[in-house]
Amino acid sequence: MRTVLFIVRKEFVQIFRHKVMLPLIFLMPIIQLVILAHAADYEVRNINLHIVDHDLSQYSRRLAGKFQASGNFILTGSSFSSQAAFDEIQKGDADLFLDIPAGFQRSLLRESRAGLQLSVDAVNGVKAGLANAYATAIIQDFNEEVRSELAGPGAGKPSLAIASSNWFNPELNYFTFMVPGILVLLVTLVGMFLSGMNIVKEKEIGTIEQINVTPIRKYQFIIGKLLPFWIIANAELAIGLTVGWLIFDIPFVGSLWLVFGFAAIYLLVVLGMGLFISTVTETQQQAMFIAWFFLIIFILMSGLFTPIESMPPWAQQITKFNPVAYFVEVMRMVLLKGSGLMDIKRHILVMGGYALAVNGLAVWNYRKRS
Amino acid sequence: MLPAITADKLTKRFGDFTAVNQITFEVRKGEIFGFLGANGAGKTTAIRMLNGLSRPTAGQASVAGFDVYRHAEKIKRRIGYMSQKFSLYEDLTVRENIQFYGGIYGLPLDEIRRQMKQLVAGLGMEPYARSLVKSLPLGWRQKLAFSIAIMHRPEIVFLDEPTGGVDPITRRQFWEMIYKAADEGMTVFVTTHYMDEAEYCGRVSIMVDGRIAALDTPHALKAQFHAASMNEVFLNLTRPGRHQS
Repeated sequence: MRTVLFIVRKEFVQIFRHKVMLPLIFLMPIIQLVILAHAADYEVRNINLHIVDHDLSQYSRRLAGKFQASGNFILTGSSFSSQAAFDEIQKGDADLFLDIPAGFQRSLLRESRAGLQLSVDAVNGVKAGLANAYATAIIQDFNEEVRSELAGPGAGKPSLAIASSNWFNPELNYFTFMVPGILVLLVTLVGMFLSGMNIVKEKEIGTIEQINVTPIRKYQFIIGKLLPFWIIANAELAIGLTVGWLIFDIPFVGSLWLVFGFAAIYLLVVLGMGLFISTVTETQQQAMFIAWFFLIIFILMSGLFTPIESMPPWAQQITKFNPVAYFVEVMRMVLLKGSGLMDIKRHILVMGGYALAVNGLAVWNYRKRS
Repeated sequence: MLPAITADKLTKRFGDFTAVNQITFEVRKGEIFGFLGANGAGKTTAIRMLNGLSRPTAGQASVAGFDVYRHAEKIKRRIGYMSQKFSLYEDLTVRENIQFYGGIYGLPLDEIRRQMKQLVAGLGMEPYARSLVKSLPLGWRQKLAFSIAIMHRPEIVFLDEPTGGVDPITRRQFWEMIYKAADEGMTVFVTTHYMDEAEYCGRVSIMVDGRIAALDTPHALKAQFHAASMNEVFLNLTRPGRHQS
């Protein structure tokens, strides 16, 4: 135990001896959190719309007006030929165009039906899907209005109206949704890099030999290396949550104890992985590449940016081994929904097993003798 | 009295390359044993097998009475090691290095404090106790590294080219420290390229291509090879193209 404390003290002295480390560890992630929280927003505003109005009627103008009033679309141009509109999309000046055919109003009034053409640039599939959905909703809304006007109030068939209510994040606030998840990523990045670079750095400068000729136990060495980063990463999480609370109004519905309790186990997994990487590599560069390999997979498959449910089944299986996915989910469950200990029991058990396995592997693979 | 170190046909191979080829020798307790050889002769590999950093391929060895295969960790309590690569933390101060190594060897806190004072004073480093090790001149760093390597009073200390690149005056002081440690009963196992230093050793072994080509006191070796100095003995044994007759 005493031996471990001597290592911990040495690590802390070394980490903070370099003037850049303090801002690197604490300031940079907070800047990233603030920037990324604004950037990682799924809501698509500012969709560039081009309208081809062949009808030039009262109704066609009203429909165009509804698009502009929605807030999601910006009218960037209008013309009288579909070819011109298509060119706009080719040039990238428009994301979609709405083609209102001649006789739109007339057929709407006479036959109670009319056609519209919506063409969407689908290079960016996510944006196209959302643009399409927004446009369809506006057109449907327009349709309802016109129908009720023509038929008179209270007339017509009663239609099924769906009123949805969003629980746990009633305003569909993206900060609420993204900030806890982004925080998980940042804590993971800092933890994995710090620990991944650490033992291998001692290999590079040669001090590891001097450690290896001492009677130190392997587990003492690994724990001594793990503990400083564990403390730093927890502190980082605390600062990040404070920022989330102050700047982004993240609700703390559930217990903070539970969040930190889970983080305590989760960080053992991440840092253990870092240390394991450090034991298998010979240079910091190698360690960096391997750490990135895992981090990219962990981050993109964490369910933060794309829902895990929309991944193919084999990919969903992979996410079961992704610690980041567990912590992102736990953060959202506890902070936003107020889930309790029993709700995240499975997550805790999986992380606990993971932590034992990874750290066991790191101790086992750390060789005092070659 | 049991010897401090015994090696019997100790061998280390890396693939097809035999770095250390069946070396056999004994080092007596309290002796200053010089381990000479050209670059690449296998000296460092031999030391690393003895101090538990490298697993031998074949042969037997014991250090401080313990077998290197089975009791490497027990050996580690009883030895000190100063490697060829600089072994202190350059981004820690003199004091912090002493505290750290004292700590992981399990010395009690007051003992660390006592040794710190004594060690820093002995080296005349009081003004630099709070300086980073990287700011010290090489000779000072080597003397500090040696003092730290024997802080836990090991029975045997292995020094791998401790005076490489160090000026003659500091080398002299370094050898005074080695003698002092030997006087206190410590066994010193030292490799060097400086032939004047070989003369300071009780006995000297000379390694050539992984084998021990000669082993005796400097005096006897000079007589054996009809040489005036250890330098001549060394050149005689290691000159390229020379083969054992």
